[in-house]
Parts: sequence; C-alpha cells; structure tokens
Amino acid sequence: MNYLADILPPLLQGSGVTLQVFLITFVLAVPLGLALALIRISRFAVLSTLVNGYIWLMRGTPLMLQMLFIYFALPFIPVIGVRLPDFPSAIVAFVLNYSAYFAEIFRAGIQSIDRGQYEGAKVLGLSYPQTMRRIVLPQVLKRILPPMSNETITLVKDTSLIYVLAMNDLLRAARGIVQRDFTTMPFVVAAAFYLFMTLVLTYGFQRLEKKYAVYDD
Amino acid sequence: MTTSPMNTLMIRAVDVHKRFGPVEVLKGVSLDVDRGEVIAVIGPSGSGKSTFLRCLIHLETIHRGSITIEGEALVATDPQGHCRYAAPADISRVCRKMGMVFQHFNLFPHLTVLQNIIEAPLTVKGAHLDEIVPKAEALLRKVGLFDKRDTYPSRLSGGQKQRVAIARALAMEPDIMLFDEPTSALDPELTGEVLNTMRALAEERMTMIVVTHEMAFAREVAGRAVFMDDGIIVESRPARELFAAPEHPRTQAFLQKML
Repeated sequence: MNYLADILPPLLQGSGVTLQVFLITFVLAVPLGLALALIRISRFAVLSTLVNGYIWLMRGTPLMLQMLFIYFALPFIPVIGVRLPDFPSAIVAFVLNYSAYFAEIFRAGIQSIDRGQYEGAKVLGLSYPQTMRRIVLPQVLKRILPPMSNETITLVKDTSLIYVLAMNDLLRAARGIVQRDFTTMPFVVAAAFYLFMTLVLTYGFQRLEKKYAVYDD
Repeated sequence: MTTSPMNTLMIRAVDVHKRFGPVEVLKGVSLDVDRGEVIAVIGPSGSGKSTFLRCLIHLETIHRGSITIEGEALVATDPQGHCRYAAPADISRVCRKMGMVFQHFNLFPHLTVLQNIIEAPLTVKGAHLDEIVPKAEALLRKVGLFDKRDTYPSRLSGGQKQRVAIARALAMEPDIMLFDEPTSALDPELTGEVLNTMRALAEERMTMIVVTHEMAFAREVAGRAVFMDDGIIVESRPARELFAAPEHPRTQAFLQKML
C-alpha cells in the first residue's frame, strides 16, 4: 500500500498530461473536422479535392511520424517553418491528424441524411446554412455518436505516443517507474487509469445516445 | 386574360423544357393558373408531371422556357434562347409564395409536430414564439392533429404525417400550394383523411396544383384537370369534362386503365 502511495503522484501527473492532450485535441479537432467535411462535400471542386488530399495524407502516415515531422523537420521548411516546443508540436500533430478522421465521420453522417430533408427545408424557404444548422447537423449528431465514441476512445490511448517528444504522459511515467523499481505494478495502475478515463467517456456517449433516442429517423 | 382580383394570374409557365442528361423529360409545357384554381395533374408515371411541379418551385432547373409566379419572373428565356434565372434572393422570395407537400412527407424527424410547423416561420421569417405557436396550434386543430402537438413524426401514421406536412406548409402562409402525389405513399385506408384536408383547403379558395393518381379526387375537387404524357400537356380542360368525355385518344386510353 505504501508503495502504491509512492508511485501515485507521478502517475497522476502523467494522467494530467494525457488528459490535457486529449481535451485540447478533442475541442479543436471536432470543429475543424466538421469544417473539413463541409468543404469536402461542397460544390467547390478545387477545395474539395484539396481536403481529400489532406485527409489522405493525415490518415496515410503514422501519427508518430507526423509528430516527429512537426517537431524536428518543420523548423527547416522555408516560409512556414517555425520551431515549436514539444507540447504545441504534439497538439498540432494530434489536431491535424484527428480532424481528418472526424471529417470522414461527419461526411458519412451528412451524406446519410435523405435528400428529402434538404428539399423539405428548401421549399419552406430555409437557406443552405440554415438547413445545415437547423435540420441536417442535429440529425447527423445522433447518427455519428457511435463512431465518434470509437474515435474518441482511440484518442485517449493514442496520447501515449507523445513519449517520442520526451513528454511525460501516463504511460511514460509508468514505464519510468517500472524500469527504476523492477516491478510491473505501475503498468497495472496505468491500465486502471486508462480504463477509468474510457469508462467516463463511454458513459458520456451512452447518455448522449439515450438523449437522442427520443426520436426515430 | 382578365385582371380582376378574383382572376389574378398566379402561375404562368411557358414552353418549359427540362432534360435529365440526354433524356428530355419536359418537352415544352405551358400552363396558366388563376387565383383560387384547383388543378389536378394526371398522367402515367414518367410523364413528367412531378418534374414539372418541381420546376415551378425551383427544386429542378429548366433548360428553356419561362416561369412567372404572381407576375414575378422565376426564370425566363430571351429571344436568343438563353435561359436565365432570377437572382438567388429573388428566387427564394418568389418561391416562398408557394408551399409544397411531398409524396414522402419530408417531415423533420428530430423535431416534434409543433416544432416542425414553427421551424420555418421562426428561422426564415423571424417570427416570435408567442405569435407563431398559437397560429401553429390553430393549424393543427384544422388538420385534426392538435393532440399530436408534442409527438415526434416517427410515431404518426402516414396520413397523420401528411396532414402535419400540409400544416407545416400552410404556416408559411403561401398563396399557392403544390402537392406532389400526396397520397401515393399511404395505405389506401389513410388516403381519405389527407384528401379531406386538401378538399377543405380547396373550399377556402387556396390555389392548388395537385399531381395525383386519385382520379375520384381529381374529378370532384379539381376545377381543371391536366393530362400529361411523354413530357407534354396532352389535354387541359374543366375536370368534369375531361373525365366525362376525354378528347385525345391518349387521355381516353389512360382513363380507361385508371377507372
């Protein structure tokens, strides 16, 4: 028990880093993903193709590589080259990467809405933005909850990749103690922490699904 | 054409042409609709009657011809043959003079019956809740669904859905109502309630164009019946005359099959 009390502070600290990366990424990547999805389905062919390429790039290369690139290679690129500290580098990589996945979830949701909904809104005089905001997106939200829940839980666990930038997230903190004390106990505690975080998320998403279950499509 | 208030020209469509890819669906359709007229558009499926209705309210764009709603051009074709639509703001203003009811209702599933009705007045007209809710409730009483006020559409029967859709269209106070096969998706025992609602609307002198397969309704309620086939209007006459003594062989053949 004493040992557990000893290792808890560093693990809690690591959890803080993990939660920060998770929350900031989620809050920024969801709206960015929605914006990308709307551009992707818009009639602006050039923009749509650009977004398509962007999504291919972000989903087609490892998140870890993207993080390393932004941290180590970005400073040497002319014009846009900036040197970012480790935490902002990780956030930028996570947001860019996850917004691509969220964009595809949003796109699938938007395209699953029947054309009749747009026509019904149009003959009532609603503009396209009004139709999106008031009619389509509220229905999309209900339909994308299961895949969003999936992706969000994956995000919690993907935060462990930031160790490559030498940041002390939950898993790296646990590994540090394991290597120092020759015991696997910290891994068990870390697993319990991850499980708790995903439990809270799962519960939250289930609540949302229940809330939206008041109507059927 | 007279210009007395009772006989105002509400819709004038001239030589409307519409293609889907290489297929010409409308091959020059012309139709004048006066205020208070109830027009039934009948004809075999694929004759272009639904497409024509959708062109009137800009759900489809036409390739040639002109459509004028209450004296304002939605689309016109100049002598050189260039088909030009009005500016987007004018299009939406002109189209707002019309309401439309669809075969598949197109109610908003995430909104209750009342919310479905007040959505457009709130969002488009900027109406206030305390004025639009009583109005919506009055419309619900009119279509006999006041007790379904807070129900979601998925809990309604097809006939109830369609009556809500009619109330929803009426909430925007249109001058003209377009019905695109409003009873075609309903079980036979549910068509009556929808047709009765439409009949009541016709008795209030609402200008209506109804694309329908309900021959009895067309004969009894419509003032004029228009028979379309293969992208043209074959025959357009007072409904009783057209049903009693169709002139064109194609009309005769169609009616023989339907009645």
